[in-house]
Amino acid sequence: MKQTRLLMGMPISIEIIDKSVDEKIFDVVYDYFKYIDNKFSVYKNDSEISQINQNKILEKDYSKDMKQVLKFCEQTRKQTNGFFNIQKDIGIDPSGLVKGWAIFNGAKLLKKNGFENFYIEAGGDIQVSGKNLDKENWRIGIRNPFKEFKENEIVKVISVFNKGVATSGTYLRGAHIYNPKDRNKKVDEIVSLTVIGSNIYEADRFATAAFAMGQKAILFVEGLNGFEGYQIDKNGIATFTSGFNKFILENEKN
Amino acid sequence: MKKFLVSAFVFITFVIYSLHQRVASNVISPTVSQTPNSGSSSTTTTQPSTSTTGFKDGQYTGDIVDAYYGNVQVKAIISGGKITDIQFLDYPRDRQQSNYINSQATPMLRTEAIQAQSANVDIISGATATSQAFIQSLGFALAKAK
Repeated sequence: MKQTRLLMGMPISIEIIDKSVDEKIFDVVYDYFKYIDNKFSVYKNDSEISQINQNKILEKDYSKDMKQVLKFCEQTRKQTNGFFNIQKDIGIDPSGLVKGWAIFNGAKLLKKNGFENFYIEAGGDIQVSGKNLDKENWRIGIRNPFKEFKENEIVKVISVFNKGVATSGTYLRGAHIYNPKDRNKKVDEIVSLTVIGSNIYEADRFATAAFAMGQKAILFVEGLNGFEGYQIDKNGIATFTSGFNKFILENEKN
Repeated sequence: MKKFLVSAFVFITFVIYSLHQRVASNVISPTVSQTPNSGSSSTTTTQPSTSTTGFKDGQYTGDIVDAYYGNVQVKAIISGGKITDIQFLDYPRDRQQSNYINSQATPMLRTEAIQAQSANVDIISGATATSQAFIQSLGFALAKAK
């Protein structure tokens, strides 16, 4: 059973293979994403994050989830030498970490309810669990960053088991991720960075941070134990980490 | 580790070679405060000597070299005409897990030109324009609400 709903400013898809699935579990997980959106969306005036940016809440009164997220953001900032930075012009915006963290929590909710074979995909970031309908590892295609979205052309196919896969990138209409070390400089050396990690929380925060490093992003991923990456530069040349091979599915080319 | 040592060895060999050339031709490296034909180094406390190997005693700083992760700069210490020590003045360490990076060689990562693949996949991963479009659309909506 599969559903797609628009939340957190993007389409979120959940597919559950287990035979015991029914409609109710989808509501449970989507309600959680709604809760996340209401707390962390900088586009909602009433969200906790907007209240914080308007100085309307004291730090001691931040919610438990907010404190947890901010702690993770600070940890990630240190681990990436400042390339991950939630300080933006409008205040703080932790969405680069919240997305992966929320998807991962959604997956944990599914597991807690006894589901083993599923995926959650939100805006191109994916947490997989178990096997697909063919009882094989989930097959994920990396989108060609140079093509329009409706074409959905795939340039690499990977097969993963119990992993998180996050892709940071730009798209045809221009670069929307900036280098936190130099706010005036758009990051356009690379256009796509896919990170495979033990879960989507880890993959997403490092994909977000690394993307801001330009061409050296893939070297950062190479240096991370337990992570693999596939980077596409503005000339259409892909570079991959030394352990990425094991995930590649050889395909017939179009 | 091995590859890094090889690179460092190659670099250090180059440094030594260039020092050797300079000593042989009586040209003084700009990083050593030593006047031509003086036969002594102002930075050493040992007896000045010009050995048959061609190395003059003293401390010699090599040029800064871009090692991709960061800069490498070494200092060679010559005593009794022989290299007695080589020190790193700078090495790539401005990175997460810098200890890990420094114990590894600069990796040669595989590259390829991207090519369209069969679309037989369960899920697609890619940067999304939807979030950005959401923001833009919201902006337009709010403008109308003014």
